[in-house]
Amino acid sequence: MIANPWLRHGLWLGAAVYLALALGTMDVNWGRVAEGFPRGRDFVASFFPPDFTSRWDSILEGILESLWMTVISTVAGIVLSVPVGLGAARNLSIKPVYYACRAILAVSRTFPEIILAIFCVKLFGFGPFAGFLALSIATIGFYGKLLAEDIEDMDPVQAEAIKATGAGWFQWLNYAVQPQVMPRMIGLGLYRFDINFRESAVVGIVGGGGIGATLLTAFDRYEYSSAAAILLVIIFIVMAVEYTSGYIRRWVQ
Amino acid sequence: MLRIENLVKQYRTGDKALKGISLEVPVGQVMALIGPSGAGKSTLIRCVNRLVEPSSGKIFLDGTELTGLGIGGLRRARRRMGMIFQEYALVERLSVMENVLSGRLGYVGFWRSWWRRFPQSDVQEAFRLLERVGLDHMADKRADELSGGQRQRVGICRALIQNPSLLLVDEPTASLDPKTSRQIMRLICELCDERQLAAIINIHDVQLAQMFARRVVGLQLGEIVYDGPPDGLDAEVLTRIYGEEDWEATIGKVDAEDEENGEAA
Repeated sequence: MIANPWLRHGLWLGAAVYLALALGTMDVNWGRVAEGFPRGRDFVASFFPPDFTSRWDSILEGILESLWMTVISTVAGIVLSVPVGLGAARNLSIKPVYYACRAILAVSRTFPEIILAIFCVKLFGFGPFAGFLALSIATIGFYGKLLAEDIEDMDPVQAEAIKATGAGWFQWLNYAVQPQVMPRMIGLGLYRFDINFRESAVVGIVGGGGIGATLLTAFDRYEYSSAAAILLVIIFIVMAVEYTSGYIRRWVQ
Repeated sequence: MLRIENLVKQYRTGDKALKGISLEVPVGQVMALIGPSGAGKSTLIRCVNRLVEPSSGKIFLDGTELTGLGIGGLRRARRRMGMIFQEYALVERLSVMENVLSGRLGYVGFWRSWWRRFPQSDVQEAFRLLERVGLDHMADKRADELSGGQRQRVGICRALIQNPSLLLVDEPTASLDPKTSRQIMRLICELCDERQLAAIINIHDVQLAQMFARRVVGLQLGEIVYDGPPDGLDAEVLTRIYGEEDWEATIGKVDAEDEENGEAA
């Protein structure tokens, strides 16, 4: 709570003035808004009926590519994030390693998947490899940070007890740290799989391959019924993945 | 067997937890370390196996200078010092058996321990120890399913399977009820007798210390203020360790309770 009443009310007033000015600068052309609604209705109408058959081969190819991209980027991302996460846990590592790993995590978390994908497409060209790389980098940032935080929250006495037996460092990780963080990390891995599948559709739109690329092609050809079919397939798979991962997470707890 | 020379521990905050402790524990001696909270009891035993790095001073175990050891040497030395903790410090998500076998980690290689393929002799020893403390039927239970007293018994097994020559025991009974406390203390002392183990037991319960230890060392603000037999703890000594208080009840009750408990056991 801010003690000074002038400052307190002044801040509210300042925020209100800024909001009013900001709304004022947003130049809304009501004529265009009015035109937009019927256009939206036509757009939605052109989705029906969804056409699964005429482009089914490329839809299937796109879906399989997306799934493949999701699986290996999740696995690769998690495998790479483990050493980074261990290094970024304050109670495990030494200062220079800690700062280096935190920097890696910060960088990979700064950019959203779509920006990473644009970079990767520029570097390695169109195709699923760029998408895979973008998703892996994003996974490292996500998983590494949460792993580091979970390790920092672990019970230090259990860790001390294993150290006192004369265990080596890797044995200590395996016996004292891993059992404490594993259930949560399995859940987060499944959650990340979920995210990566959804992002694989987005990544495809900027050239990263997968179902997103198929979707973009459908829009470019004005094949809205095929696009609708693709969207339905994406929704269906996202729901299936979410349901399955939720079930597995409950089972692990 | 264990010799501590002029041990000093100063924390980074500037607090001096230990101010030049010198102490010798011969083979097979069970020594109780008493003193108020913050006297440095916990720091002292953690300096011995170097979970806490001493600031200066030397510690010798059977002639090996623990304070000068590198990483590998320290690992080998830690195998000979079993540690028992206040909150049991079992790895809760591992089974009882895995917890006991984790005491052998200093002896087996990484991959063997990773695949949980400990030598047959280790597994047999683990079963024997669990049987000795009456928990052999619990081997496959997860550690967090056990009660406090049972967990502490598993903690004892984990320390003993190291085949140590010294036990470092940190407040073994602080989280237990009075009856279980006595049982655990009795068990520790019996096992030390059976195996000719030396032990340093941190304990804040003066009566328990008097009942079970053959030697009591009193610590006050990082300095030893008493070192002698348990029956030498009179009001004057307790005042020196803990400060001014009416000690008559504490001293008087010991014998009566000891007898009563002897009958129960």
